[in-house]
Formats: sequence, structure tokens, C-alpha cells
Amino acid sequence: MTIPNLVGAGLIVIGAGLGIGKIGGSAMEAIARQPEASGKIQTAMLIAAALIEGIGFAAFFVGK
Amino acid sequence: MVISRKPSHFIVAALLAFMPLLSFANDNHGAHTQTTASQEATTAMGKGHEGDHSSEGDQTLTEEEKKVKEREEFIQHHLLDSHDFTLFSYGNGHHVGFSLPVILWDNGLHIFSSSKFEHETAVAESNGNFYKIVHGQIFKTDAKGTIEYEGHHPTNKKPLDLSITKNVFMILVVAFLMFVLFRSLANSYKKNNGIASGVGRFFEPIILFIRDDIAIPNIGEKHYKKYMSHLLTVFFFIWFLNMFGLTPLGVNVTNNIAITAALAILTYLITTFTANKNYWGHIFWMPGVPVPMKIILAPIELLGTLIKPFSLTVRLYANMLAGHVVLMSIIAMMYTFNNMIGSSLSFVLAFALSILEVLVAGLQAYIFTMLTALYFGAAKEEHHHDDHH
Repeated sequence: MTIPNLVGAGLIVIGAGLGIGKIGGSAMEAIARQPEASGKIQTAMLIAAALIEGIGFAAFFVGK
Repeated sequence: MVISRKPSHFIVAALLAFMPLLSFANDNHGAHTQTTASQEATTAMGKGHEGDHSSEGDQTLTEEEKKVKEREEFIQHHLLDSHDFTLFSYGNGHHVGFSLPVILWDNGLHIFSSSKFEHETAVAESNGNFYKIVHGQIFKTDAKGTIEYEGHHPTNKKPLDLSITKNVFMILVVAFLMFVLFRSLANSYKKNNGIASGVGRFFEPIILFIRDDIAIPNIGEKHYKKYMSHLLTVFFFIWFLNMFGLTPLGVNVTNNIAITAALAILTYLITTFTANKNYWGHIFWMPGVPVPMKIILAPIELLGTLIKPFSLTVRLYANMLAGHVVLMSIIAMMYTFNNMIGSSLSFVLAFALSILEVLVAGLQAYIFTMLTALYFGAAKEEHHHDDHH
């Protein structure tokens, strides 16, 4: 790995981390507001997190 | 999940959680790596396989650097598929495990046991042809085992390799296990008037969860039954293989990109061939947008159908690969620190990470199944929202 690749991989990790963190935080808030809907919120949260993670990994592999 | 109040359950669970440590930590002497290193050096010199264990390239390195290189190579070796099933190795080239059949197509069928390769060190002979394994791949060679290199990649001819490798073997084991488990569950319904018995009591809620929380909400009441068999198979296949990856067997099937790609291609094929006209309509002629936009959207949507299975492939593969690499690196840190505080710290870290990996194993199976169901649902969507587009 060269230095631009490493920097790019780091940027991807920052971006994906921010994204998943935002999803997690929002899901927490939503569950706190509506505890009875926690199941549905969790499912939606996991799907969104998985999609971001997928993009993160894909970009990571392209960068490698 | 409720943690049991019975202490015995907790102890058993804790012991199970420690199992991955056993599996990853069982080789620090680099028995494999030493042989591969010497093999590389000797083949590079073109002298065949009977080299001694002092490799030319390593002489410039210090003792510490050599150890680091050995650990790196051990981790890389663990992540590759192999032609024999090694449970663990110790000392200088002592392996405990069993051989698997090698099946090659090279102007005729060659079938022989992988013990002929003597753990990737020797040249195997079959019907006048000679073969040698370099980095887990079989190459055609001569009686001496000469391998031509171009940079770091061997340029020898590769025969078509249809061998029962470790990964294939584990897939067969899991397929057999699933067949036995779920046949017995199905039979127990017949025997007990519709009540599951034995191990089926554990699996029944999971099957119901896939039906009620994955299949029905995403695909719809009307069509879900057609897809249930695929969703259940995919879920349990991935889950079992992920869990096997955490046992001391050293299995790593789901961190092989070919296997995750095959699973994703199945999803793609089923989506494509069971899609109704609304699905294709949304791809080629998106309803409710202006005509110039439709022309721009069509290629993007078409590309999107290919990106979906690609992201499925890479997500599962990269997650499991990353988990194994991080876990093994933390365990390798024990040997790097080599003192009380550092080693116990990395032990605790590895223990916590192993528990996390158990969660990830289930989560990745769930997400793969969930997204597969989502794509099936898109393929079967009815025209119920045509008012506003």
C-alpha cells in the first residue's frame, strides 16, 4: 500500500464511522421516543448500517 | 437474549467463548511458514524441494523481524484455502489432521490424496505428471519441482483444480449437518403432533423469526412462501459456517470471496428470473419522472442491479476476513509483548473480541438474508402506489 491509498482508506473509515454513528445515535433517540417501535427501528437501522458498511468495504477494496 | 441464572450454563458459555483463542493461538513456531519460506528460497534457486531450513532471503533480517514475518505469514496462511485439513501444527513440520482428495483435470483426470504433497513441501506425481503447491495453488512442474517466478507470481501452468479442499469439505459437512438437523425437526412435528422436540426447539424460533420478521414484511404475504426455502438455507448456511470459523477447527469458508460471490449470484439470479413487469418497469422506464430523466435513470438502475450482489459479496467476505485478521493480530500481540501485563491485556482483548465475533457471525447472516429478502421483495412488488408517480 502506498501513502495515498492509506490516506484514502483512513478517510473511508472516518466517513463510514461517522455515518454508522449517526444512524446508531438517531436510532437510540427514536427508540427512546417510541420504545414500542424498537423492533422496526432496529431492523431499519441494521439495514442502513449494513449498506454504509458495504460501501465502505467496497471503497476500501478499490483503494487497495 | 437472557443470561441464564444457572452457573453451569454460564461456565459452559464462557468455555465456548474461549474456543476461538485455542484455534488461533495454536501455532507460534511457524512450522508452516518455515517450510514455505524454505520452499520459496529453494525453488527460486531451482534446486527442488529438498532444501534445508535456512532460507537465503531471511539472513539479512534480525531475529525479531524474522518472528514478525513468521506471524504475518501464519495469519496469511490461515486465511487461504488448503488442500489438506490441518487441525494444528507443532515443532518443525509436525501436523495433526487428515488429507483430502486432490482432483485435477489436466488432459485427463488425476485423482490422488493430498498426502502426496507432504503438507505443501513435496512434488506429487500422478500418471507421469508432476504437481506442486505454491501458496495454496497447484502448479504443473517437472520431477524436480521447478517453479518459474515472474515477480512474486509463479508462471507455471495451472491444471483445472476440482479438489475437495478444506473449504469444500466444510461446505459438505455443513450441508450434511443442516440436512440432518432440519429433517429431524420436520419429523419431530409429525411424531409429536406439531410440537418441536430436541434441538428443534432451539431452531424453531429462528425459523419463525426469518419467516415473520424477514420474509413477510419484505416480500409480502402473497409471495413469501416461494422464497422461504432459499432464505432459510442461506441464513443457516452462512451462520453455521461463520460459527465454525470461530471453533478450533480453523475453518474459514465465508472469508473466501468465491463462496460469498456464489451466494450473491444465486440471489441475483433468483431476483432476475422471478421479477414481474413492475420490477423491469422501474429499471428501464421509471414511472412518474420526466422523459429525459428516465433515459438517464435507466443505465444507473441497470448498473444498480449488478452492484447489489457485488455489495452482498464484499460485505460478508470483508466482515469475516476483517474479524479473523483483527482477532489473530491481537493474539499475535501476546508473543510480541512477551510479558505479564501486555500478554494478559491482549488476552482480555481477544476474549472480548471473540464474543463480538459471535455476534457478528449471526448479524452478518441476518443482514445477508434480510437484504436478499429485500431484493426479492423488489422483484415481486405489486403496483399499489401508482397514484403519486
